[in-house]
Amino acid sequence: MNVRGKAKLLAALGVAACAIAPLRAADIPLDQRKSGYDMMSPDTRAMQDDDTANPATFSVLDGAALWERKDGAAQKSCADCHGDGETAMKGVAARYPAFDTKRNRAVDLAARVNICRTDHQKASPFPAEDKDLVALAAYIGRQSRGMPISPPENMQAVIAQGREIYERRQGQLNLSCAQCHDDNWGRKLAGSVVPQAHPTGYPLYRLEWQAVGSLQRRLRNCMIGIRAAAYDPGSPESIALEAFLMWRARGMKVETPAVRP
Amino acid sequence: MTDITNASRRDVLLGAGAAGAALLLTLRPLAASPESMDAAIRKLTGGAKITEGRIKLDIPPLVENGNTVAMSVTVDSPMTAANHVEAIHIFNERNPQPYVMAFHLGPRAGKADISARIRLSDSQNVVAIARMSDGTFWSHTVSVIVTLAACLEAVSN
Amino acid sequence: MARVLINVPPKVRRGEPFQVKTLINHVMEPGFRPGPDGKTIPRDIITSMTCKYNGEEVFRADLYPATAANPFITFFTIATESGKLEFAWTGDNGFAETATAAITVE
Repeated sequence: MNVRGKAKLLAALGVAACAIAPLRAADIPLDQRKSGYDMMSPDTRAMQDDDTANPATFSVLDGAALWERKDGAAQKSCADCHGDGETAMKGVAARYPAFDTKRNRAVDLAARVNICRTDHQKASPFPAEDKDLVALAAYIGRQSRGMPISPPENMQAVIAQGREIYERRQGQLNLSCAQCHDDNWGRKLAGSVVPQAHPTGYPLYRLEWQAVGSLQRRLRNCMIGIRAAAYDPGSPESIALEAFLMWRARGMKVETPAVRP
Repeated sequence: MTDITNASRRDVLLGAGAAGAALLLTLRPLAASPESMDAAIRKLTGGAKITEGRIKLDIPPLVENGNTVAMSVTVDSPMTAANHVEAIHIFNERNPQPYVMAFHLGPRAGKADISARIRLSDSQNVVAIARMSDGTFWSHTVSVIVTLAACLEAVSN
Repeated sequence: MARVLINVPPKVRRGEPFQVKTLINHVMEPGFRPGPDGKTIPRDIITSMTCKYNGEEVFRADLYPATAANPFITFFTIATESGKLEFAWTGDNGFAETATAAITVE
């Protein structure tokens, strides 16, 4: 059986494959992984290093205010159930996407916030990429800054599905994510350095957007870049891909809210 | 965009306030060019001599993204009441219009050292001009290469 | 919602210049970009930022469409006496924002 088939079998058996699944020949060795931060110019790094120079700070501050805002028919705020956000949310973003056993599906942080809104605040869910939703995700993500990315143990099947998407050739250019980000990271594409694509800092301020956006928005850019149809926001495929990318970045430090070109 | 614009007509439009701004939007998009940048610079200096030196414009030669380019500018000046920088003006050659930013200082600055983030829509020259308290003008020109991000969103933004 | 971030040193030495960093949340729409419908999105920018130190203007910046979104501007000013820096931004569509920062001179 080839290496890929073996990994799929292990995943299907529900075995905690983290420790024993063989790395594909093309996987970046764990000790050679670099954050996109290391591949940016000194000026852009300086923007991320100084909270008072980082436009994403506004999003975090907005999120902190939203955390206290009573909303929905239940007129509850996040704080009413969770208490102080800085304590309650410490380390949470580092463990997402997670598996919602009640709903029997994987959820990312944005989906989790919306579940809280509908179930507990009795409010309508935020639409994808909504400014308030991004602000809450930035605020929650900020509470994991500096902590290692730690995917939960029960996500192996979802991660395997994400790996399959990551390695599949797609779109009019017939490229897979792996071909750029595993095989050609560090080289230049149209004057820009190809990063290894570790989602260590989402939501982040992307210079290209001149705004703060989620990993799902960035993945949309990637898919359009290879002339493939992007996955719908919040779709199982997009969450599986997110889960795989976070597993691929396991142990790397959360940088939220980051800055990227 | 490579329109060669009529500099004197542009001057009238820039001076016409709100009505002029509305008129600007209905015309074909203007674009700066080395000529229109020169005209804007001449408007600042009134034709006075500009000497290269004393001012240093710091911009990375290859920018990661033209939407946000880190720029800093310093001027060698004692910044005393008798001898200081009054203003620093930044111009560009190929954005839709030639003005980038202007900074007004004085002896209370202590140091002529400013940084900001600017937009550059194309590879081009960027020019910084300092006007000193003695009426002299000094300049520094930097050539910058601007490339697009490789992976973009479709259509809007 | 949060609009402005100012960064000044906690204490400054009398007679010496200190660095002031300012960041304001603003889209700085240049007025040249086509929207999804093909029509140009109208200009909406901050056009001016001023800083007064205990009432006297010590710095002024003119901003144009070529200023990046979320304008970040840093400058120096001499520490004269303790007091406050007052910042004012004005721009298109009646935009007006102010902020203050305390200055402690030792």
